[in-house]
Amino acid sequence: MAESPFKADIERVEKEYSEKMTPGAIAKIPGSSVVNKTGSWRVFVPEFNRDKCVRCYLCYLYCPEPAIYLDEENYPVFDYDYCKGCGICANECPVDAITMVRESK
Amino acid sequence: MPVRKVMKANEAAAWAAKLAKPKVIAAFPITPSTLVPEKISEFVANGELDAEFIKVESEHSAISACVGASAAGVRTFTATASQGLALMHEVLFIAAGMRLPIVIAVGNRALSAPINIWNDWQDSISERDTGWLQFYAENNQEALDLILAAFKVAEDERVLLPAMVGFDAFILTHTVEPVEIPDQEAVDEFLGEYEPKHAYLDPSRPITQGTLAFPAHYMEARYTVWEANENARKVIDEVFAEFEKKFGRKYSKIEEYRTDDADIILITMGSLAGTVKEYVDALREKGVKVGAAKITVYRPFPMDEIREIAGKAKVLAILEKDVTFSVGGALFQDVSRTLINEEEKPKVIDFILGLGGRDVTFENLDEVLSISKKALDGEKVDEVNWIGLRKEIL
Repeated sequence: MAESPFKADIERVEKEYSEKMTPGAIAKIPGSSVVNKTGSWRVFVPEFNRDKCVRCYLCYLYCPEPAIYLDEENYPVFDYDYCKGCGICANECPVDAITMVRESK
Repeated sequence: MPVRKVMKANEAAAWAAKLAKPKVIAAFPITPSTLVPEKISEFVANGELDAEFIKVESEHSAISACVGASAAGVRTFTATASQGLALMHEVLFIAAGMRLPIVIAVGNRALSAPINIWNDWQDSISERDTGWLQFYAENNQEALDLILAAFKVAEDERVLLPAMVGFDAFILTHTVEPVEIPDQEAVDEFLGEYEPKHAYLDPSRPITQGTLAFPAHYMEARYTVWEANENARKVIDEVFAEFEKKFGRKYSKIEEYRTDDADIILITMGSLAGTVKEYVDALREKGVKVGAAKITVYRPFPMDEIREIAGKAKVLAILEKDVTFSVGGALFQDVSRTLINEEEKPKVIDFILGLGGRDVTFENLDEVLSISKKALDGEKVDEVNWIGLRKEIL
């Protein structure tokens, strides 16, 4: 999987949040969303078929999170830390390269 | 020079607010504390107080606006009572959890149903677990003084907690007494300009306040509120000492009255303490060994001081205008809990009286004394007693 483009942010926020609690539990810096991973809410998970993909990027454009990156060859990569399983990518894909399957943890 | 004026406790509270120079006052008037926001809006309208007076549509909005203002970084004040305070309930937790040093003046009034606008302490007693500091005034002067002290304690870096100052409905809120208004300069020196320590808006320092805390952090956040309450014990002593130096009036978390060599000590709060002190004087003339103690600071609960008082007496009679159903009263619980692990402890007896503005008379206190005396003689008495109850109409 390609490296998350938010890696530097994640490291910065994780460092900040590992420090002592502030009075009133104030979050001293913005960006807690990069450490609060929202992928745990998911019921369905996108399953990607690389052979069918035509690299139209519609999934990448429509992802509301955004939890889809492009790798070096411009194929989509799904970041399951943030994918909430909404299924928009599967719905938009014109070649049915993405199917939503029930996730078992 | 300080000025002496004749005024109601409501006016005294408004004067305290004026002297403390809050930048935002958001209030919804409610009997019996209506005069507090009225008087403050007058001060603001006359240009005597440079503040934003926000008229809101409910008490819930009033305290929410106060939380917003305090989180933005200014000194904030409001006033309420009874159902109004109850409507603020959920936001009171938020203010304490966010560690915002808001001060509320509470005209202590009974809760519905049935609707009753007169005095007891059920409103603020019901908010004792919100994390707020609680002060109770015996008279109008104390209402003014304790609000000033409350601001200083609340804003102390070791505390950073909101505080409420209670004064009895009508007995104080609508009764005139001479009140000494301190000099503005002296109050400025005492309180200083409010400098927010943690919560303030600054575009160059973006922060998130009132965040979500997952189970990994929530408990620690709540513990810091506990810790702040513990710290407040020492800070209150310091602030009271400074107050005495500055204004000449002495306060303590518990005021003892003729407790030396007393067999029975009557413990109470608020304006009832005045009545009880008079009663103690009358009894002492008859040679009865009885004393009184007034709780000025109810949260944090002054446990060390209670233990000290308990060491002097054989019976502690708790006189309170509130009920914790099936148990007794809140003070009774707190005093009992304080003494639970003491090796030698006095008998603690609870007296619930004066609910909904019923007068507490010397005859009522005679009843309290007679039950306490029985306990002193080793007779078995009820732990919880409703005094002045009209059993004939039940």
